[in-house]
Amino acid sequence: MMLSRLSKKLILLMTFLAVGGFIFACPAFTTETYKIGGIFSVTGPASFLGDPEKKSMEMMIDQINDAGGIDGHLLEGVIYDTEGDPQRSVNNVTKLINKDNVIAIVGPSRTPTTLAVIPFAERVQIPLISCAAGITIVDPVKKWVFKTAQNDALAVCSVYQHMKDNGIKKIGIITVTNAFGESGKNQLKQHAGDFGIEIVEEESFGAKDTDMTPQLTKIRKVQPDAIVCWGTNPGPAVVAKNIKQLEINMPLYQSHGVASPKFIELAGEAAEGIYLPTGKILVADLLPDTDPQKKILMEYQKNFEETYGQSVSGFGGYAYDAMMMLERALPGTNGDLKKLRDNIENIKGLVGISGTFNFTPEDHNGLAPDAFVMVKIENGTWKLVE
Amino acid sequence: MLQELLQYLFSGITNGAIYGVIAVGFSMLYSSTELINFAHGEFVMLGALGLVSLWGGLGIPLPVAFLLVVIGVAVVGFLFERLAIRTVRKPNPIVLVIITVGASIFLRGIGMLTWGKDAYSVPPFSDHDPIDLAGAKLLSQSIWIVGIALFFVILLHLFFKKTLTGKAMIACAISKKAAWLTGIPSERMVLLAFFLSTGMGAVAGIIIAPITMCSYDMGTMLGLKGFCAAMLGGLGSLWGSILGGFILGILESLGVGFFSSSMKDAIAFFLLLLILYVRPGGIIMAKDIKRF
Repeated sequence: MMLSRLSKKLILLMTFLAVGGFIFACPAFTTETYKIGGIFSVTGPASFLGDPEKKSMEMMIDQINDAGGIDGHLLEGVIYDTEGDPQRSVNNVTKLINKDNVIAIVGPSRTPTTLAVIPFAERVQIPLISCAAGITIVDPVKKWVFKTAQNDALAVCSVYQHMKDNGIKKIGIITVTNAFGESGKNQLKQHAGDFGIEIVEEESFGAKDTDMTPQLTKIRKVQPDAIVCWGTNPGPAVVAKNIKQLEINMPLYQSHGVASPKFIELAGEAAEGIYLPTGKILVADLLPDTDPQKKILMEYQKNFEETYGQSVSGFGGYAYDAMMMLERALPGTNGDLKKLRDNIENIKGLVGISGTFNFTPEDHNGLAPDAFVMVKIENGTWKLVE
Repeated sequence: MLQELLQYLFSGITNGAIYGVIAVGFSMLYSSTELINFAHGEFVMLGALGLVSLWGGLGIPLPVAFLLVVIGVAVVGFLFERLAIRTVRKPNPIVLVIITVGASIFLRGIGMLTWGKDAYSVPPFSDHDPIDLAGAKLLSQSIWIVGIALFFVILLHLFFKKTLTGKAMIACAISKKAAWLTGIPSERMVLLAFFLSTGMGAVAGIIIAPITMCSYDMGTMLGLKGFCAAMLGGLGSLWGSILGGFILGILESLGVGFFSSSMKDAIAFFLLLLILYVRPGGIIMAKDIKRF
């Protein structure tokens, strides 16, 4: 008696489960949309990266959908905020994979957050297209991980090439003590010898430091030919100001980390005469018409500024490029992750915002040094340097 | 050698004066309420960004903007005491400290919503060229910073030593109950302490604004440095705090100059630990000047 009642309940429960499971499982079979995950540091200290990336991704998805989607499938973006925090990024990725069933992930925005999520993408085998710059993301190459942002090494080489052309041999470097600055410092030290340049003084500053005159005094003491500062706003603006205040008359090179109008605004007069490498988006209208990227840069700039009413930065382009890669790689895959990955790896000659991408199984960044141009700040604006 | 040494000292004294002013805010509140206000750095941020808006944005003349910002931030501190601190039913120190931590997150959020996530800069107070001393450059803003810091500390000193209200505050600090028995409205004195302390925070924010970049998250590190300076000099002592600030600032810049810039914070904090170990009460901690 007891047993039969129990088994009746069990049967009832199982029926419910089966029916329920069928009802809930059904939409998954008939779905028409491709879900693309996005994880960016939309808020927090790296919001200057994540915010335009999120907007660019949304803009690109709308564009693709307006044009009828891919193979008749509309795209749907599922975007989460990492706040620049590795732990949160891991949570977001787990959610994207297990709950949202996305077929590819764009982001995260920063190198530490990307490194934190790579093991998860590799384990479940889902294409991850990072928007961060650190070279450790793609060196050594990971099968499922790609990135659109230019490697720091390319920026360092642009700076060194310019120095070599101008007869600069001894430099002092001052870098910020975060992942960006550390990576820059390593690349600066690694490539100096290739260009016959010697680093004679090495200093650092904290991201929130308010005064860098002691470090700069120390650099001045050894009399280098030029100073290189590697950091993201606002520290490098303080460095630029301090150099003017100490009346140090040496050429100052900054990194692509400050390649935005905000830097000129912060440093004011102290920005005059500074050299820095930058992706081409910043100087799109100055580029010669023969430049293969000019057309797409102008188009992206126009669309972004019309859609969001704020001026474009190079950072949003990282997510835009990632979406262009997916647009190129998705057709014909029918949502198959393995095919999608192979298609991404086979992309050749894709002209994007950050440069021209040529992926190979050995190179998952696919950019060449021509992704950067050197600019000089003159009269509060950028000038292309030959 | 002399040129470098002087340059390190100028930098150290400038930063030290700022740490000192922040430390005074910590100290003053501690001595009248036994409370460490971990939101203090956020009041520094409000001061700096307030100046960015009023002076840089609206173009209000500097002295007026200065005054408005200090009073404005002090009113925020006043409201903070009335709404968040006074209303606590069981004011255990630990509860109050956690409330201040919460307030710091809240104020940082308000700062982010009001001013956005970008950094801002303002020009120096006066447009003089740096003064050349044996090859070292002394910035005009550094003179302003040290001058204003000393001015306010002396003002506070006179307030505590010469006025009846100031003396009443000291009485409250020494023994709340005894002060209450003599008819001093001790709750009003606590309110006044919050008002003055956060006002000092705003002063620190205002004087630091031209030499650095101001953003909504600048307060945390400054607050921490100020707290260290207060501990170093002697929490609860006015002159100890300002002395602690100078020592911390100078040690930091000498640490960068003679050791390594990557060791900057480590050197300062190591010395802090050392001093706390040898003299747990801070440098100035004779029995009779335990309080203001």
